[in-house]
Amino acid sequence: MLRLPSFDYFQPATTEEVAAILHAEAPACAVVSGGTDLFPKMKRRQLAPRTLISLRRLGALHRVAGEPEEGIVIGARVTLAELERNPMLCSRYPAVAAAARAISSPPLRNAGTIGGNLCVDTRCTYYDQTYEWRKAIDFCMKKDGHVCWVAPSSPRCWAVASSDLAPVMIALGAKVRLLSKQGDRLIPAAELYRNDGIEFLSKRPDELLTEIHLPAVSTDLMVYKKLRRRGAIDFPILGVAIWLRPSAAERSVIEQGRIAITAVASYPFEVEAARKLFRGARLNCEVIEQAAEAAWKRAKPLDNTDLDMSWRKEMVRVFTRRALQELSDNLCG
Amino acid sequence: MTTNYKIIGKPLPKVDARAKCTGETKFADDLFFPRMLFAKLVRSTQPHALIRGIDLSRARRMEGVKAFLLGNELPIPFGILPVSEDEHALCIDKVRFVGDPVAAVAAVDEETAEEAARLIEVSYEPLEPILSIEKALATQSPQIHDYAAEGNIHKKVALQFGDVEEALGDSDFVLDDLFFYQGSTHLPMEQHSAAAKLESDGKLTVWSSTQTPHYVHRAVAKVLEMPAAHVRVIAMPNGGGFGGKSDPFSHEIVAAALARKTGRPVKITLTREEVFYCHRGRHPVLMRSRLGINKDGTITGLDFQTILDGGAYGSYGVASTYYTGALQTVSYQIPRYRFRGARVFTNKPPCGPKRGHGTPQPRFGLEIQMDKAAERLGIDPAELRLKNLVQPHSLTANWMRVGSCALRECIEKVLQGSGWSKKFRKLPTGAGVGLACSAYISGAGLPIYWNDMPQSGVQLKLDRSGGVTCFCGSTDIGQGSDSVLAYIVAEILGIDPLDIRVVTADTDLTPVDLGSYSSRVTLMTGNAAVQAAERARAILFDAVSVKWKIPKSQLIAGGRKIFDAEDPAREITFAAAVQLAEAMFGTIGTVGSYKPPASAARYKGGGVGPSPAYSFTACVAEVNVDVETGIVTVPCIWIAHDLGQAINPLLAIGQAEGSVYMGLGEALMEEQVFRRNVHQIPSMLDYKSPTTMDMCNVVTYLVESPDSNGPFGAKELGQGPLLPVMPAICNAVYDAVGVRIDEIPITPEKVLKALRAKNAGKPARFGPGEFPPLDFGEVRIVPPPWEGGDGTAVKQPPAVFRMRDD
Repeated sequence: MLRLPSFDYFQPATTEEVAAILHAEAPACAVVSGGTDLFPKMKRRQLAPRTLISLRRLGALHRVAGEPEEGIVIGARVTLAELERNPMLCSRYPAVAAAARAISSPPLRNAGTIGGNLCVDTRCTYYDQTYEWRKAIDFCMKKDGHVCWVAPSSPRCWAVASSDLAPVMIALGAKVRLLSKQGDRLIPAAELYRNDGIEFLSKRPDELLTEIHLPAVSTDLMVYKKLRRRGAIDFPILGVAIWLRPSAAERSVIEQGRIAITAVASYPFEVEAARKLFRGARLNCEVIEQAAEAAWKRAKPLDNTDLDMSWRKEMVRVFTRRALQELSDNLCG
Repeated sequence: MTTNYKIIGKPLPKVDARAKCTGETKFADDLFFPRMLFAKLVRSTQPHALIRGIDLSRARRMEGVKAFLLGNELPIPFGILPVSEDEHALCIDKVRFVGDPVAAVAAVDEETAEEAARLIEVSYEPLEPILSIEKALATQSPQIHDYAAEGNIHKKVALQFGDVEEALGDSDFVLDDLFFYQGSTHLPMEQHSAAAKLESDGKLTVWSSTQTPHYVHRAVAKVLEMPAAHVRVIAMPNGGGFGGKSDPFSHEIVAAALARKTGRPVKITLTREEVFYCHRGRHPVLMRSRLGINKDGTITGLDFQTILDGGAYGSYGVASTYYTGALQTVSYQIPRYRFRGARVFTNKPPCGPKRGHGTPQPRFGLEIQMDKAAERLGIDPAELRLKNLVQPHSLTANWMRVGSCALRECIEKVLQGSGWSKKFRKLPTGAGVGLACSAYISGAGLPIYWNDMPQSGVQLKLDRSGGVTCFCGSTDIGQGSDSVLAYIVAEILGIDPLDIRVVTADTDLTPVDLGSYSSRVTLMTGNAAVQAAERARAILFDAVSVKWKIPKSQLIAGGRKIFDAEDPAREITFAAAVQLAEAMFGTIGTVGSYKPPASAARYKGGGVGPSPAYSFTACVAEVNVDVETGIVTVPCIWIAHDLGQAINPLLAIGQAEGSVYMGLGEALMEEQVFRRNVHQIPSMLDYKSPTTMDMCNVVTYLVESPDSNGPFGAKELGQGPLLPVMPAICNAVYDAVGVRIDEIPITPEKVLKALRAKNAGKPARFGPGEFPPLDFGEVRIVPPPWEGGDGTAVKQPPAVFRMRDD
């Protein structure tokens, strides 16, 4: 089988210690919790950190705290299995639980964490391969090479954002806390991501993602729809997250709403046009169609993941429409 | 079926079930020996190139590296078929696909070997890569192999059984369709692994995850230039094979050579990616089928053409090519038949035998075409099939001898079970049902290398403890062949299967069995086991009849005892009977062997297709098609299989369900595809095979029609139930949304494209648009049995008496 390269391994007990090690070792180091993304990539020599920093002993990052009325704080080390089964998340933030449940398979959800999923490496069928395979195509710019094989004339890398939870966080308007030796900062989830297959996070290499802050919810509606070839295991080839806040005065009128999509670009992003469409609108067929059209326009899938890319683009419209129809049924029901 | 079997036909656990479930079973990669080295293969990063140099200097400097091996140290070629021994353990001067093994390194641990392999620098002079059928046909030079029939066409075949053009010309309709069947791989859970050890007496032992230890034995002895008697090959329990472990492989020979070179045990376990490069999976096949049919639904003739994308080496390819034409006649009566096929070489991992070997592709085409024919005639597709059913105990146009056949019952079972008459063309848009049938061999009539010896042998040892040991070369690849041996011997000797120790797949200890391929094991080792067990029982009966002074015919074995049938109170335990016999006749051992009956097909090329018995399958698939996305889901499949006699219905149902699973994957998602000259997705994450979440319900019907050539009447079951699944799903998609998907896998974009074509008033179909013009060479003419033939080829077709009554 493929073997891991050798590395130094730290198991600090406090986030301050983590920050100190990161400060000293970055960027030739990586933080590991579940390891479901990192270890296979190390075996394939896509990532070669000299130092691994385990979060295993950081109990503080392994908690879900707060109430829906004030907002929730989820520690980065909370596992995907814990998320999908958390009763409060299931009832009040159902899209979070649904997105967690849609990731991979039960054994991997027992290991994988929310922090790991939000920071999951971008994916590409030219990149997620062994060293020898990549050598056969003369490597790509994301690792060891100079060309982006999916768009050879492009100066940038087009690897695909593949987190299921990221679009949900963006749609909800969640924030993430980043800690470093210089202190910590709380930024909107949308600002965590950059439209670049290589530098896909705005998080600095010396920063640790510690917490996810979900905003308060009351009668909010949310949904996550995932497209993948199979009923389990697969990364998204499209993920549509939608959050709607009905007006307190009249439930069938939307006060605010957001659509975020993933796996159709190098970053998960909000479909800004939909935000304007939703404000003060009723969720009728026309609005749904316009929102689906807006999402479709923004999607730029390329031939570097599963299934046909033009079909995947078409599915953005279908999935957005279906997600909105589901919410509309809830609104009316 | 009313029988008095005690064990046969009973749902008993497998003899190795407990060991498998507890993890006690040792697979090849579980083997560790003192001082063992770990080896890695350096594989080509070029699709087609000459090797200009191999620089070992950097790797040599690594601590822990113990030995290297290069191609010129093993210059003797090998290959599973004597007509295409075109492989070297390590490439000598040329590489033919990305993944072709070029060099090997052995080191003290796997990490060191992997790192050292990465430091071996191979320099290449690239040649033009050939990645498709079209390019192979168009490229005369460079040739991937210089022994090809012409250019990059490995093999051409043309056989004609009666004047097909005349038959089609006289038909009321001729359907002319193109189909494409994408390649797929076996995806066994266990990667290939081999270990080798040189014993102090100079003999060599190789342990391998292989389906065919006998062929590995031959190849290792040949390439290492050792007397075969000094080489011992032990097949370890296989974590799945499905045809992918039926060839002798580079890593097996390299492990053996490195063990000899270093004097230390050596193990090579392949990575998952390397398993994709070993491949030997389903050939991608482009097909053209012309089916003649009359208004009354009678088939008049079939003209079938295939082009197989063979990949870089011969493997079983010549047999695969013949198999794309051999079994079309073994399900429906086809009075005149022509088959023309060609296999091309391409710079991709070699294709070979995957479950169904060469027959799922033509079966896919034929069964969709039958559906189209029924639609054209306005009759139920089940009725069309029933009208043309092959008859039991008959000869086909290409001289295949059909024995027992319960295809009619199979069709009736799945029609009834699925509620066909209430569903076909009656479900709402988006839901549909489809029917398909198939036939398959129970072992090939001829061995792979020409010889007159048995294809399977069994030895039994009975001793005074009452213990029975059954020795057989057959290999349990999860299908339960060890259990089948135990059941059969236990049934005949009247003891319990767990009383029997089964020793299999060890070339030093067990008599030769050719291997676990072509669905041959239950029939062939089963018959050998019957013979050996009946001989053993006769010895025991001889002894008991002498002691009791009664005729042997009066004795019965059962319940670990031997009884007097006239006086059942009179009994002797099995162990006591063995002691009696041992005292009377000396040490007790018996042998049994099996060789298939001579084939009626006596023409050149008639070696592929004949079998001692044929199994038959009928399948109904129900599908849902999302017309907005094109996504097809399969809620249920009903499958009825004529297996002659179930040796163990529990294992039989498991085999049928496994076949449905594999068929579902091939129908909907599996694709061995290439981009920029490399395998696009050589991992279990990206090569899509159904998960449990995608698996359909399966309703299995075991239909029994004992065949006189099978042990207790048993026929095959391991492969046949796969065959009708893919076309049944395609036919169901047509029933659901009215579009034909004439190529698999049925991906959602293909369905949407076909739906759009339909809405635009164009042909409601997705599939290949053209069949390249190809001269298949001179056609071998063999008159069918009803046109005065004798199974041999003739120069001139005989004057034909007409089938029709005009």
